[in-house]
Amino acid sequence: MTALVLLDHEEGRIRKSALSAVTAASQLGDVHVLVAGDAAVAQVAAAIPGVTKVLHAADAQYAHELAEPLAALIVSLAGNYDHIFAAASAVGKNVLPRAAALLDVQPIPDVVSIVDANTFVRPIYAGNALATVRSSDAKKVLTVRGSAFDAAPAEGGSASIETVAPAANLNVSEFVAVHLSDSERPELESARVVVSGGRGLQSEEKFHILEPLADKLGAAIGASRAAVDSGFVPNEFQVGQTGKIVAPELYLAFGISGAIQHLAGMKDSRVIVAVNKDPEAPIFQVADYGIVGDLFEIVPALTEALN
Amino acid sequence: MKIVVPVKRVVDYNIKPRVKADGSGVETTGVKMSMNPFDEIAVEEAVRLKEKGVASEVVVVSIGVQQAQDTLRTAMAMGADRAILVLSEESPEPLAVAKVLKAISEKEQPGLFILGKQAIDDDMNATGQMLAGLLGWGQGTFAGKVDVADGRVKVSREIDGGTEDISVALPAVVTADLRLNEPRYASLPNIMKARKKPMETLKAEELGVDMARRLTVVSVAEPPQRQAGVKVGSVGELVEKLRNEAKVI
Ligand SMILES: Cc1cc2nc3c(=O)[nH]c(=O)nc-3n(C[C@H](O)[C@H](O)[C@H](O)COP(=O)(O)OP(=O)(O)OC[C@H]3O[C@@H](n4cnc5c(N)ncnc54)[C@H](O)[C@@H]3O)c2cc1C
Ligand SMILES: Cc1cc2nc3c(=O)[nH]c(=O)nc-3n(C[C@H](O)[C@H](O)[C@H](O)COP(=O)(O)OP(=O)(O)OC[C@H]3O[C@@H](n4cnc5c(N)ncnc54)[C@H](O)[C@@H]3O)c2cc1C
Repeated sequence: MTALVLLDHEEGRIRKSALSAVTAASQLGDVHVLVAGDAAVAQVAAAIPGVTKVLHAADAQYAHELAEPLAALIVSLAGNYDHIFAAASAVGKNVLPRAAALLDVQPIPDVVSIVDANTFVRPIYAGNALATVRSSDAKKVLTVRGSAFDAAPAEGGSASIETVAPAANLNVSEFVAVHLSDSERPELESARVVVSGGRGLQSEEKFHILEPLADKLGAAIGASRAAVDSGFVPNEFQVGQTGKIVAPELYLAFGISGAIQHLAGMKDSRVIVAVNKDPEAPIFQVADYGIVGDLFEIVPALTEALN
Repeated sequence: MKIVVPVKRVVDYNIKPRVKADGSGVETTGVKMSMNPFDEIAVEEAVRLKEKGVASEVVVVSIGVQQAQDTLRTAMAMGADRAILVLSEESPEPLAVAKVLKAISEKEQPGLFILGKQAIDDDMNATGQMLAGLLGWGQGTFAGKVDVADGRVKVSREIDGGTEDISVALPAVVTADLRLNEPRYASLPNIMKARKKPMETLKAEELGVDMARRLTVVSVAEPPQRQAGVKVGSVGELVEKLRNEAKVI
């Protein structure tokens, strides 16, 4: 059995959750990967252990991983594969369902565990239930939760690289621009420590109080939806059902109440710390360590104590 | 230009879902049901485009059981002009929903579909992309901002590292992310008015769509529950525990 994994990338780096998709796919057999655009990324992909072939879509139409051309390309390659995987990332979620529809397949999103070649486990209802589903489709099209599988290592393999012919393009969409937040911090989804703030941070200015602490811990910064909606931080910081799903070693939640939609994004963290002035806040029900108190006193004191 | 907005009836987002004792699914009988929150955002966007004169008519569609008509009435109270209820079993799969919507598209000839990016029950995040694929149209998913002009829709998309702007030729499919807008509350007079707006009822079979499921639920289980830990009295105690007990710093 051979699986094809779409490896999405950003600024020359393969997304960590795409490397998790490689690990998931390798549980079923041989792995080929598809890289759209950036030739340097195809080179990097060739070194991933367990990958036996890299398919490189070099044509200019694939440069920005737009859904329409990329889904058409996957469909043109699908004949050789029983399983088609991608990360449950913005790219994977955009492209794979479209490709699945064109293949007349019901996709299986957000897989957290593989039971056998036809049977998969996925969270539903914001992670409040885990559904085990069996597919009757001849081909399976799946996206994989990065937090549920280790990332494949970067070095050790030596796959061949093959340039694939472009598929017919509908020419219905155009890339205009991308605005990435430039941050020196680790990526939210792969950080070992995440420092998160909620509505309790009160304002964009006051949210900065978390930065020295994050610096000290080498942490990424996250946020609740309320903090994002209130404009304290941009949307890519949101953790939760409809934001990023993270499972760091340590997650620190400041001024976050713990709504189920937020818990959906962080409850698989190894250690959770909550700081909230309300002793009844639901976040304390999932926290390993809690402090009831004013975050504006506790954050500076904690930063200081780590010196 | 006509806009079609598919809306789904789901367990209200304030309700904590309970797994049925026999592991066959999540309890939905006797539970408060509401419009999927992302679909409220989609309806709002369509109604705003009509108020701006960009759209001429907003049609809402739901595929599911008879009670989905309440969801359609809510959408009409928000400003949609008319509704189509396609009767099927509860919560059909995105592939089947996309096929029904394609059949509706052939009848209605819309210039734009706006869907929610995901339904909060099954969290598939798939239907809009699948519909766009079946129609051979362009897609602007996870939209945080939408501008329609000169036969194209410009969409600012929420992506992992920030935002991305794309331009898609009409007709097109857009899926709404959380920050596209803040949906209005329906006023009482508008709720009354919505009762008189037209609602057509069809059966999925009449549209010639095969609704057979491709996925069988083997079981549904509660995820492992986290135990509440301890409350500590001071920052010093917290640091000590993180260092020596949890060993994470
Ligand atoms: C469809 C849908 C999807 C959603 N998706 C997400 C999602 O992906 N992620 C997400 O996070 N939310 C999501 N939500 C929103 C979610 O329901 C909550 O509204 C949100 O998580 C609340 O954010 P919060 O905890 O920051 O704010 P609040 O609930 O307002 O909590 C603020 C907390 O801060 C505490 N506080 C205030 N001041 C201080 C202080 N000085 N010191 C200490 N503590 C203080 C308060 O006691 C309170 O507990 C979604 C909602 C819907 C309907
Ligand atoms: C009784 C029951 C049995 C089930 N059995 C199974 C099973 O055997 N296997 C299985 O995998 N799942 C089963 N499900 C779950 C069901 O298949 C899912 O609801 C389905 O996969 C839809 O996913 P989604 O709503 O998350 O779609 P998404 O793609 O997340 O929805 C995105 C958007 O599409 C639109 N949309 C989606 N559905 C509709 C609709 N019906 N009407 C109008 N617009 C819509 C909305 O705009 C929505 O915001 C069952 C559910 C029930 C209640």
